[in-house]
Amino acid sequence: MTNIMTLSEAVAQNVNDGDTVAMEGFTHLIPFAAGHEIIRQQKRDLRLVRMTPDVIYDQLIGAGVARELVFSWGGNPGVGSLHRFREAVDLAYPRSLELDEHSHAGMSVRYSAGASGLPFGTLRGYVGTDLTKYTDNVRPISCPFTGESLAAVSALNPDVGVIHAQQADRHGNVGFWGILGVQKEAILASRRSIVTVEEIVDEFDPRVRVVLPHWVVSAVAMVPRGAHPSYAHGFYDRDNAYYRAWDEISRDRDVFSAWIETHIMNTSDFSEHLAMIEPTLAEV
Amino acid sequence: MVTEIIETPAAAQYTADELMTIVAARELNNGDVVFVGIGIPSTAANLARQTHAPDVVLIYESGTIDTKPTKTPLSIGDGELAETALAVVSVPEIFAYWLQPGRIDVGFLGAAQLDRHGNLNTTVIGDYAHPKVRLPGAGGAPEIALASKRTMLVLRQSARSFVEKLDYVTTVGHHEGHGSRATLGRAGNGPAIVITDIGVLRPDPVTDELTLVSLHPGRTVEEAVAATGWPLKIADDLSETTPPTVTEIEALRRVSST
Repeated sequence: MTNIMTLSEAVAQNVNDGDTVAMEGFTHLIPFAAGHEIIRQQKRDLRLVRMTPDVIYDQLIGAGVARELVFSWGGNPGVGSLHRFREAVDLAYPRSLELDEHSHAGMSVRYSAGASGLPFGTLRGYVGTDLTKYTDNVRPISCPFTGESLAAVSALNPDVGVIHAQQADRHGNVGFWGILGVQKEAILASRRSIVTVEEIVDEFDPRVRVVLPHWVVSAVAMVPRGAHPSYAHGFYDRDNAYYRAWDEISRDRDVFSAWIETHIMNTSDFSEHLAMIEPTLAEV
Repeated sequence: MVTEIIETPAAAQYTADELMTIVAARELNNGDVVFVGIGIPSTAANLARQTHAPDVVLIYESGTIDTKPTKTPLSIGDGELAETALAVVSVPEIFAYWLQPGRIDVGFLGAAQLDRHGNLNTTVIGDYAHPKVRLPGAGGAPEIALASKRTMLVLRQSARSFVEKLDYVTTVGHHEGHGSRATLGRAGNGPAIVITDIGVLRPDPVTDELTLVSLHPGRTVEEAVAATGWPLKIADDLSETTPPTVTEIEALRRVSST
């Protein structure tokens, strides 16, 4: 039985309305194509998890798929604010958005605990901050050996983990390299998982640093440039012009809605969207 | 060799950001292990590495250890950071194994709001549930500020940013002052310096209250007081910041990404 399928099938089979969905990729290998497909299939009431909700989650939040955001840093890196995210928080447009807000260290421990099958993880963190006032997922705990006070954070176990990787092999094993982020933990913490890849190969590139065996990956879909406008190390660079352009597109509700219609709802897949913006793409 | 002969400080022209970056870079010692955020901290750390502190170790929260980019990266996860790093580790590892145990000498942060004890807000302006301005949030800052042996803060000084009371405490500096940071558990020593576009502040050794110790060229005490939302303490031996040299400015423009 193969886990290799189209992205459309992967999302239809694995993402349900109301699910907790974690899409990871720390500035690198961000699964934009999968985000577009979730919007295209009009999923609703998702609890979205991501350490750095940047442009990909601005698109999902603005399109109205999210009821809650679990995160640690929300911005358009190197550019400024996320306007769809801010309008959801400030004005409940297009719907209200609950926040469960953490630090990066706390989020990474929550994923690691989830991947480890533990109910919580611990760290030296959060002390003296207001973060703990607005979440139920951080509590103080005493070390049973030394008595030291630590922060306990509840495990994250998403229904679906979604990442982009450079390669899969023909068995559906997944390999990636470069900046590694929290992708391994996010997949292992999740009940189901979707991985989009640049290419499917007979043998992994020797640069591969992390391998996820096919039996922990529910679905693999080949989507070349599926991380655009972020980058895939060894394949293409970050499209900084897209990130800057997003500031204007996302600033106005109507401009944003028209963009979603044109680039996602009226296209059949990510390659059609890429064809529309081809001039901004740059090979490595 | 006939280099190093045209140091004419008075001739150097620079922006406020360039001055802040150069003053910050001077604060880094050769060999310091620095956990770097994007923006001025990243530029300053790269400037230090390419000038007086060639052995400074740059660590980014994206998991790149001892990275040596030729240009300051636009984002903390740029490919060049991975390509030029001694090691690339995962995000859980960079926080758990490298930051948390106290291996970092300098945590280098910015903020939207700061109070007199160097506590920081990067989360909201106004009420949390109905903010006037929603900011990005915590990122790595709370634990960077907790675990680093010392922290350096860089931000522009105004009555809106230097506030009597933070709207939200994202990151702890010297907590409530008077050594109270020590009650927060095993941690580093907190903010050692705040570099602004007006001058330099350091914590008072007894009260931990940020005190103006240096004014940048052409700036006045009156400006600093007006740009501070609490009654600003001024050091008895207030000095003037050494202006950027031509060498420093040229080096900065070489490492800057834009």
